[in-house]
Amino acid sequence: MAIYEKLEARAAPSNTKGVIHWAKENLFNSILSTVLTLVSFYFIYLVMPPLLDWMIFDATWSGTKDEITKDGARWIFIFEKFNQFIYGFYPEELYWRPNLALFIFLVYIIAFKKIDNIKVKAFMILSFPVITYILVAGGFGLEVVETDKWGGLLLTIIVASVGIIASFPIGIIFALGRQSHMPIIKTISVIYIEFIRGVPLITILFMASVILPLFFPEGMDFDKLLRALIGITLFQAAYIAEVIRGGLQAIPKGQYEAADALGLTYWKKMGLVILPQALKISIPNIVGSFISLFKDTTLILIIGLFDVLAMVTLTNSDTNWLGFETEGYVFVTMIYWVICFSMSKYAKSIENRFNTNHR
Amino acid sequence: MFINIEKRGINTGFDFLGSEAGFGILQSLIAYDEADSHGKVFIVGLLNTILVSVIGIIFASLIGLLVGVGRLSKNWMVSKLSMVYVETFRNIPILLQILFWYNVVLAALPSPKQSISFFDSIFFNNRGLYIPKPILESGFIAVIIAFILGIIAVVYLSNWAKKRHDETGEEFPLLGTSLAILIGAPVLVYFLSGTPATLEYAQLKGFNFRGGWTLIPELLALSFALSIYTATYIAEAVRAGIEAVPKGQKEAAHALGLKDYIILKKVVLPQALRVIIPPVINQYLNLVKNSSLATAIGYPELVTIFSGTSLNQVGQAIEIILMTMAVYLTLSILISVLMNYANKKMQIKER
Repeated sequence: MAIYEKLEARAAPSNTKGVIHWAKENLFNSILSTVLTLVSFYFIYLVMPPLLDWMIFDATWSGTKDEITKDGARWIFIFEKFNQFIYGFYPEELYWRPNLALFIFLVYIIAFKKIDNIKVKAFMILSFPVITYILVAGGFGLEVVETDKWGGLLLTIIVASVGIIASFPIGIIFALGRQSHMPIIKTISVIYIEFIRGVPLITILFMASVILPLFFPEGMDFDKLLRALIGITLFQAAYIAEVIRGGLQAIPKGQYEAADALGLTYWKKMGLVILPQALKISIPNIVGSFISLFKDTTLILIIGLFDVLAMVTLTNSDTNWLGFETEGYVFVTMIYWVICFSMSKYAKSIENRFNTNHR
Repeated sequence: MFINIEKRGINTGFDFLGSEAGFGILQSLIAYDEADSHGKVFIVGLLNTILVSVIGIIFASLIGLLVGVGRLSKNWMVSKLSMVYVETFRNIPILLQILFWYNVVLAALPSPKQSISFFDSIFFNNRGLYIPKPILESGFIAVIIAFILGIIAVVYLSNWAKKRHDETGEEFPLLGTSLAILIGAPVLVYFLSGTPATLEYAQLKGFNFRGGWTLIPELLALSFALSIYTATYIAEAVRAGIEAVPKGQKEAAHALGLKDYIILKKVVLPQALRVIIPPVINQYLNLVKNSSLATAIGYPELVTIFSGTSLNQVGQAIEIILMTMAVYLTLSILISVLMNYANKKMQIKER
């Protein structure tokens, strides 16, 4: 005789899981929260449909200028001027040269992980700027392209990478200088860093583009792009120096003392013991500083260089294509957004990888 | 070293500051006309820089605080929208945002005749934003005195409330009372003294509005872009600061039976602010420096009119650019000294 009766398992109450439960927990858990949710939905309703209509559904994607009939975005302008946005006035038949440089860059990035030999790696790092310079600028049998022809995204990337690469060693030197026990070196470093960080980048660019030439003898022309690069490098070096100083300060005193106890010279102590650790800690902030620099390269348009942002105005001065600023700005916005967003996500991922602080 | 400069026939020295500028300026906080000197241009530019910086700092702080708290909200929609805001505007160069507001958004506004109007007193069109201007009569001084007395009263009141709290442990509703005094007293005096202020409304005359206060599109575009961009960084600082308060602190306060807002006010905020203030100081400094990008749209601040127009007229690049740099350095030092003082006051006093 069975005393126990087997009960069928019942489904979980609908209010402890599923969409409704989730919504109750996360969207409607109090009166204030409900109001906020409704306001948010209304806001999305106000913004999204018109935006999507403009960008996608009502947009003109193909055809010629005269065939535009809809009120949405006229992306044909971007397709028409695409090469100018990317290469500026770089001669069309030579586009393969920057393209090849980009290809080599990608190959290097992939190969870099697979190669263990440190000498090969060093050769790759040192050779890349030389190869790129010869490819983009010409010389050694290649047709020379003057720097005033460089423009668009190509110029933006060149300015950003030169700024990043050249400012790095200078930044390290100033960071070490600021930590130095020698009063003169320390003072010079502090003044340099604080001065550069206290003034806007465009005043430094003005200084490089307006004041610098005054000191050269008449007739000696100094490349405009080179002057901008000097300004940007000096600016970025001060910021890199501060980031690395943060890393240096995080190194325990015992590391310095241990290196001293081993009898290492100053440069060996720094180069072999302190800096590798400091740089590792600073990587996320260094990437952050690179992102700022990449955004700041837009400022070169103020001193008359034609980076990708300046191309919006320039492509618009074509009398056949007047009134397409909006499309131009939105396109450039997307370029910057994608690049900066991926860099910041990359920084997050290395931050997590190096995070040894398990909690 | 200066030989090359002299060869070009460029003057040196600061005499140019006294010479006539001879150009008009779109907006000026002090009386200025074309016959004034370059020295006056410098002052006008400096004041306009300070104006846009103050507006930017106020709005960036407000938006940043809202969005930073929003990202930690338990409401999923609010936290996700806040995140989208931060990720969108932080990854677009500030100069691009300024140009976009100026050349696309504000340029698309209707002409003065078709202005967007609010309550028939605020008008918004492609020439700018028009708001009523208060005209103060002599009796208004009484209202100002009432306000100053109110501030003094609040200081005394807060000292008294703190002392009483230390002695008896009783809480005094300080915030509500202070607000009541600060707003109530001047309003009361205003009506008692026979409303000694009137509003001058902007009115459409001919093709444009006359009277009232005008915020020119350049100022609007620059303020929008600076506040929206800087707010993303302030929001991140606020979030990091609140997240840095150990969870145990809140739990302990709950266990003591404190109310939510008291926990926020007395446990979370004092600790969070210590983490929040230093990065926010840096953002204020960045905002002031970024205001120099006004030169791209022609808002008449220091860089636009002094390092721009004046420099083109007198050609003394060295003096002018060094003066401009000196201004930003001084502003930077001033802000950081003020903020470091505030920071020190917030620090935990270790005994």
